[in-house]
Amino acid sequence: MKVRTPLSATAMEPDEGGRYGVYGGRYAPETLMAPLEELSRSYDRLRRKRTFQRRLNHLLEHYVGRPTPLYFAERLTEHLGGARVYLKREDLLHTGAHKINNALGQVLLAKEMGKTRIIAETGAGQHGVATATAAALLGLDCVVYMGEEDMRRQRLNVYRMQLLGAEVAPVDAGSQTLKDAINEAFRDWVASFADTHYVLGTVTGPEPYPRMVRQFHSVIGAEARRQLRRLAGTPDPDVAVACVGGGSNAMGLFSAFLDRPDVLLVGVEAGGRGPALGDHAARFSGGTLGVLHGARTLVLQDEEGQVVGTHSVSAGLDYPAVGPEHVFLHGEGQIEFTSATDQEAIEGFHLLSATEGILPALESAHAIAEVTRRAPEMEPDRVILVNLSGRGDKDVESVLEYDAASGGRVSVRRPSGRHSGSASGDGDAE
Amino acid sequence: MSSRRKRPSRNGGIAASFAACRKQRRSAFIPFLVAGDPSLEATPDLLRALVAGGADVIELGVAFSDPIADGPTIQRGSHRALAAGSSLSAVLGIVERHREELGVPIVLFTYYNPVHARGVGTFAAQAADSGVDGVLCVDLPPDEGLRELQPALEERGVDSIYLIAATSTRERIDRAAAASNGFVYYTARSDVTGEREDLIPTLAQEVKRVRRRVRLPVAVGFGISTPRQVEEVAKVAHGVVVGSALVRLVEENAVEPDLAARLERRVGELTAPLRG
Repeated sequence: MKVRTPLSATAMEPDEGGRYGVYGGRYAPETLMAPLEELSRSYDRLRRKRTFQRRLNHLLEHYVGRPTPLYFAERLTEHLGGARVYLKREDLLHTGAHKINNALGQVLLAKEMGKTRIIAETGAGQHGVATATAAALLGLDCVVYMGEEDMRRQRLNVYRMQLLGAEVAPVDAGSQTLKDAINEAFRDWVASFADTHYVLGTVTGPEPYPRMVRQFHSVIGAEARRQLRRLAGTPDPDVAVACVGGGSNAMGLFSAFLDRPDVLLVGVEAGGRGPALGDHAARFSGGTLGVLHGARTLVLQDEEGQVVGTHSVSAGLDYPAVGPEHVFLHGEGQIEFTSATDQEAIEGFHLLSATEGILPALESAHAIAEVTRRAPEMEPDRVILVNLSGRGDKDVESVLEYDAASGGRVSVRRPSGRHSGSASGDGDAE
Repeated sequence: MSSRRKRPSRNGGIAASFAACRKQRRSAFIPFLVAGDPSLEATPDLLRALVAGGADVIELGVAFSDPIADGPTIQRGSHRALAAGSSLSAVLGIVERHREELGVPIVLFTYYNPVHARGVGTFAAQAADSGVDGVLCVDLPPDEGLRELQPALEERGVDSIYLIAATSTRERIDRAAAASNGFVYYTARSDVTGEREDLIPTLAQEVKRVRRRVRLPVAVGFGISTPRQVEEVAKVAHGVVVGSALVRLVEENAVEPDLAARLERRVGELTAPLRG
């Protein structure tokens, strides 16, 4: 299968101001307005250029490892006893997550724009690693901003970035997580845009980021459709599931099905420790309309418009706002949102590890958790497509800590057949 | 922008203040403080100190959890203010109680989200009722502001002030100029807020580039912290904004009983070159 990133597709684009209905836009300090306008122009020029597309697709195929397999998770399916579960294996990409699709696209764009320096923010470290990798590949300087709390949670990724030649700049402001890293990256960019491109890692931010990041990830959904047709006999699943932090892997997957009303699209947010404000990152249940990081979107905030802290066991979902297109599509009835708690995600992590021999990223484990709720309720001839957005090697330590703190390993007995085993957190010792 | 939707500032407002300075053949001095830093109780005294030191217009900062356009000094000031319980409600309360007594126009310097969370209509009404003279939203360029906030502010007679940056194209300068009332704020540096040792060498030229296209007074800020710099900037600008240097003074003297007196003294030093 050839790698074809649908860069010149123009369906479902926002308006000229980057608006999806009343969401999105370009709420940026004046200093960044001209650089953002230049970025929009450069991106629109390059994405239609055959040479740019060819270069990107070539690297995606030979360097990044696209297309990624679509895998029928037979033992997970058997275990859940319902719909057939297919995994889109973005975890098998170079650097271990879908993030590289966008990072490589943007760094290539930056190089074409004549920039010599790349900056990025990172939460889980996956976007930082992907950006550092692309910068190393294309010979550009790279600084990655990362909250100190996240650096602690993801110290292996910190060292990976350093090995790749990037500088990891610790951010000790605020909650020391993803949102503060984004703040710091914007501050850098305000002073450095002349030679620097800011590789924003998700489908939020001021125009053109939401549409640009989505477009670089749209290859995920485009591939999955072609693969499903071959493997399942239909290009359209009954349900497509993806975890949603900012929402880039979800937008990448969902973009292929937005004109397919029979496909139920489900985004899974981080339910964290529970429903109290500050304990989760579930914007669709606890958020209100606000303006953060350049876009009007759902934000977890107090009544005075101050952004509140979030919590998730997964650093990549630990963010108080969500991509504006998600909010728009939710309003249009096109995407349903739900959440999985830390506990459910950890259980999903164990379940997929034990049944399929795949350690999912804790972010992706939220999507697996939703599958465990949904698949058993569906007939065996139904199809669930899951974006396995990243691999879990980076999270082994976090899971170990979580399990130790909850009094023992969350147990999943290896299933011997249908209806066997359990995914309950009963603290069963080995 | 083709139509110029100018409304005169209210009596004694921003336009009057700049006009009075022009009559005295000097530039206006526009200090910035974060409201509620180091405490809500201290703020009225600090505002009085600004006026006593020679402020012509006050930029009153509304603390925000995610100040992406601010450098470390004002970030810390915002953090202190939030920790002390500051909020947009609290800031409006301070203006309501003290605007008249202070006798100088007050511009709220804020990020858009607190305003948005309140609802722009409610905010505009409350701002006007409290005596706020103008509003500058750092992350609300005229592209968005003209549609979203400005109609509500205009209806209530509150000025909208927009930023012009060194990166602003001619088209963007024209847009900000047409949209603003009272004055425009030229950010002298492409950077976050903060003190700098030197002014950029091309500042005079750049301010002139802006002044040629703007009929309103042009205030210049970002990086200005010493009397010498104030003097330099005053040669080319109608107004001089000093922020981080004052926020740092508040930080360094937060526990001193004579904080307000120290602030007044510093503002006096900064305004001395303007009085000639």
